[in-house]
Amino acid sequence: MNSKRNDRIATGVIYLLVGIVILLLVGIIGNILISGVPHLSWHFLTSASSSFEAGGGIRDQLFNSLYLLILTLLISLPIALGAAIYLAEYAKDNWVTQLIRTTIEILSSLPSIVVGLFGYLLFVVQFGLGFSIIAGALALTFFNLPILTSNIEEAIKGVPQTQREAGWALGLSNWKTIRGIVLPAALPGIITGIILSAGRVFGEAAALIYTAGQSGSTVDYSNWNMFSPTSFLNVMRPAETLAVHIWKVNTEGIIPDVTVVSAATSALLVIVVIIFNFGARALGNWLYNRLTAAKIK
Amino acid sequence: MTNIMEAQNVKLSYGKFEALHGISLNFPEKQLTALIGPSGCGKSTFLRCLNRMNDDIDNINITGKILLEGKDIYRAKLDLVALRKKVGMVFQQPTPFPFPVYDNVAYGLRVAGVKDKQLIDQRVEESLKQAAIWDETKDNLQRNAQEFSGGQQQRICIARALAVRPEVVLLDEPTSALDPISSAEIEETLMGLKKKYTFIMVTHNLQQASRVSDQVAFLMDGELIESGPTEQMFLAPKKEITSNYLNGRFG
Repeated sequence: MNSKRNDRIATGVIYLLVGIVILLLVGIIGNILISGVPHLSWHFLTSASSSFEAGGGIRDQLFNSLYLLILTLLISLPIALGAAIYLAEYAKDNWVTQLIRTTIEILSSLPSIVVGLFGYLLFVVQFGLGFSIIAGALALTFFNLPILTSNIEEAIKGVPQTQREAGWALGLSNWKTIRGIVLPAALPGIITGIILSAGRVFGEAAALIYTAGQSGSTVDYSNWNMFSPTSFLNVMRPAETLAVHIWKVNTEGIIPDVTVVSAATSALLVIVVIIFNFGARALGNWLYNRLTAAKIK
Repeated sequence: MTNIMEAQNVKLSYGKFEALHGISLNFPEKQLTALIGPSGCGKSTFLRCLNRMNDDIDNINITGKILLEGKDIYRAKLDLVALRKKVGMVFQQPTPFPFPVYDNVAYGLRVAGVKDKQLIDQRVEESLKQAAIWDETKDNLQRNAQEFSGGQQQRICIARALAVRPEVVLLDEPTSALDPISSAEIEETLMGLKKKYTFIMVTHNLQQASRVSDQVAFLMDGELIESGPTEQMFLAPKKEITSNYLNGRFG
């Protein structure tokens, strides 16, 4: 009878702890959404932010966040993919590999403000890139690489060894086996990994304050010339993102509607990240079904 | 009867540990040879020497000769792709790739550089028929091979191995992960195919060996104890230890 009672107590405690976690999460996200969503409007999304008056929007910050994310993924994905393939398929179990793994672990737990200051010294000052989107994207690459690499490595390692052997037995070289069999099999996991890390990158502020800068330059969305200083595609212009904007209006903002702007921006950030997460799941499932069922033709 | 493959004094060691102590065995053409013996006796290791699947293991050292149609497969400058086209393999666990059935079976041909769509179509159909899985897949060729049952997956894998028209097919316990009905279907498939191909099969199932094989080789502790025609091995083995094993007195 005693073990039965203990079992009931343990179950109760576990439910209680889970309840606390859920309550916290729902509380935080609910609070952000409830205080922010009412202020979200088409006007807010599509107008430029204002420096002194109330009623500014976050059009440029939203675009900058997405643009930085895309650039960061463009730079970090090939590197992470290569590193992950090496670690999962080629690396022998020796001290060099151990060192790489330890480095990745340390890098992934590096505070993002440190990444930001490092990026400031290296890219902004040393390389003379100035406060710019490209400096921000490079700093975010440093921030993103470790997580992305281990996510992709896990996905590749999840492919059963028998699949590789079956490839070799058909006369495929190691590389052809990886490209033709292992990577397609790992693709859904890789996509999920990419999008989850994208959520982290999207919400990052500290690494960008000293690299991409805090000011938005005048941006012309009809100018498609990447090299023109006013073009929205110019990677050398400074660019404030959503997360940095929240930080800035709260620390040094002099607009009268600070609370409204930061609440609405926070809500938008959370919503976009939630969309990423659900998108990751949907895209992963869709890709998996497509790769596996292949009902097309 | 000609021997399509011959193993001559094959020794294999990992570092200092010798796993195979010099195995010499001939494989007659268009026959099914069963390799039997207790777990860990080296029969799978030996099988994997026959298409050089052991090459990439660390610290491995293989000596002796393995002749395929009279030529040593461990010679320098051997084309591994060509070897594995001639010596196909089916594993213990069904290993369909996460693609449609059609692409699975066509994979080996495409790797070998076959571009002719008609030829591929024809080979895919022929191979699936030979592996006795055509009726179950002909309306679902674009369905993912991993969605089929275990026994069906294994026959798709056999079809995939047959698609490149190998001389020899190595089978590493091909039915041990399957239920009795699927196993029986695979056995039947093999019985039908052995007039066309040479099979070398590792199996733990002695009844299976007695049903489908023409020749049996009994291995123990990395040595070939005895080999001979199946009937002779089961009814009148030369060595007592063989008789003991085959009668289930150990193993």
